[in-house]
Amino acid sequence: MILPAEIRSFLTDAGSLARFTGRFFSQGFRPRYEMSEFTRQCYLIGYNSLPLIGLTSFIMGLVLTMQLRPAMLRYGVESELPAIVGISIIREIGPVISALIFAGKIGSSIGAELGSMKVTEQIDAMEVSGTNPFKYLVVTRVFAATLMLPVLILLGDAISLYGSYVGVNIRGTTSFYLFWSQVFDNLVFSDVMPAFIKSYFFGFAVGIIGCFKGYNSSKGTEGVGRSANSAVVVASIMVFIIDLLAVQVTDLLGLN
Amino acid sequence: MTTGKTISASGTGISPVLEYAINIQHLYKSFGDNHVLVDFNLEVKKGESLVVLGKSGSGKSVLIKCIIGLLRPDNGSIEMFGENITEINAEELDKIRAKVGFLFQSNALYDSMTVRDNLEFPLRRHWIKLSQEEVNKMVLEALEDVGLAHTVDMMPVELSGGMRKRIALARTLILKPEIILYDEPTTGLDPITGKEIIELMNEIQEKYNTTSLIISHDMNCVRMTSDRVVILLEGKCYADGSWEALQLNIDPKVKQFFQ
Ligand SMILES: Nc1ncnc2c1ncn2[C@@H]1O[C@H](COP(=O)(O)OP(=O)(O)OP(=O)(O)O)[C@@H](O)[C@H]1O
Ligand SMILES: [Mg+2]
Repeated sequence: MILPAEIRSFLTDAGSLARFTGRFFSQGFRPRYEMSEFTRQCYLIGYNSLPLIGLTSFIMGLVLTMQLRPAMLRYGVESELPAIVGISIIREIGPVISALIFAGKIGSSIGAELGSMKVTEQIDAMEVSGTNPFKYLVVTRVFAATLMLPVLILLGDAISLYGSYVGVNIRGTTSFYLFWSQVFDNLVFSDVMPAFIKSYFFGFAVGIIGCFKGYNSSKGTEGVGRSANSAVVVASIMVFIIDLLAVQVTDLLGLN
Repeated sequence: MTTGKTISASGTGISPVLEYAINIQHLYKSFGDNHVLVDFNLEVKKGESLVVLGKSGSGKSVLIKCIIGLLRPDNGSIEMFGENITEINAEELDKIRAKVGFLFQSNALYDSMTVRDNLEFPLRRHWIKLSQEEVNKMVLEALEDVGLAHTVDMMPVELSGGMRKRIALARTLILKPEIILYDEPTTGLDPITGKEIIELMNEIQEKYNTTSLIISHDMNCVRMTSDRVVILLEGKCYADGSWEALQLNIDPKVKQFFQ
């Protein structure tokens, strides 16, 4: 069977990504552990994306509330506004928006950083300096992204709900206490847990794809730009694919 | 053919293996259909300064990367310090690498680190037990060797091309290597800066009595640094001899390098 060139190159790419992921699992849990580089990456990855994720989350919560209010008014359920907004943010919008911002910010920076290290032979230089560059560069970044994104999403959700509280109070008044109790009284375990678990997968996807694209960057500055760019594109698509799979899985497990 | 293989195991009774710093036998390396190295043989004696001369794309970088273990040859053996590096495991390879310096064609300084951190990196990685004072002393010593002690807290982007090359050389020197591999040390530098780097290389050679394997197509560099020159052509060691001898060679393929 003859496949069109695009499909063939997609399949080879997917194959190498799978092999790269396999390498991560075979090396990631064995010593030597690069703890200091890992903590440094957690700080860089987590702290650097917080302002951006905070800002977008706040706006998202505020706008969503203002957009939903007229419809809720029409059905006469305006009082349910905090509950509805809370559920949509926690279950879907918070994790996905934050993961997309994270893919844009962290995916591209990892892709560009590793890409330029690759083409300027810095990765080779690490290897001859008695360092396993895969462990030092890739394993640390993937773990940091996997562990930091859920934390960022939790913070983002909280900020988003605060944005929603501000939105509710633009027209009408709800006390702070009433707003939060309305949000949390309507949340159940199956709203929170699947969303929390899938955020680890989002983080892992962004980390591994950024590293994969950077680590396999082609020569030249153009190659570096291309790997940063495609890291963002592929990671963003991956976020949606994981989201789709997650909803199927929770459905099958009867958690919805 | 002018392959004047002059080096032979001299009949002194010493094991020939130990006489060589690097001993490469029957090395093959291809990328798909591109046969870069085809039955390549080379012996580098201890304390010798050997230049490998070859056109762009002839496989010089591939050769030197095979020697340090960054590329795995398809076939053949590479011995350093009496060990065949194609057969040993990662830890043993790291031990050998600690005794071998590698100057990259593109310098390969870590952009995200200061000059000090760049120099500390191989030290910390190879010898884990060192006090901060010892490390500081070694960093300063290596920087003084290349005449750039004042740049210790600068970032690589703040340095000129020639300075970067020197810092890269200092990073190579900090482990006091017994063998230094230079990949095109003067490429991309102006002739004057290039000459300074060459002088530095010769000083280091004298001061630490290292074995050097230099890859180059800069004839000035070849002339000034070589004890012996090897021409890499079509994946093989095509000619071998001193600079003066090769210059007088009438083989047209050798002559083209000296015009
Ligand atoms: N990783 C690789 N994958 C595939 N082909 C490679 C790889 N590295 C080198 N080659 C090929 O090997 C050949 C020799 O390359 P090499 O970099 O050794 O040349 P060179 O002699 O160092 O040239 P220059 O003087 O320009 O640095 C080239 O044809 C190159 O395309
Ligand atoms: Mg080269």
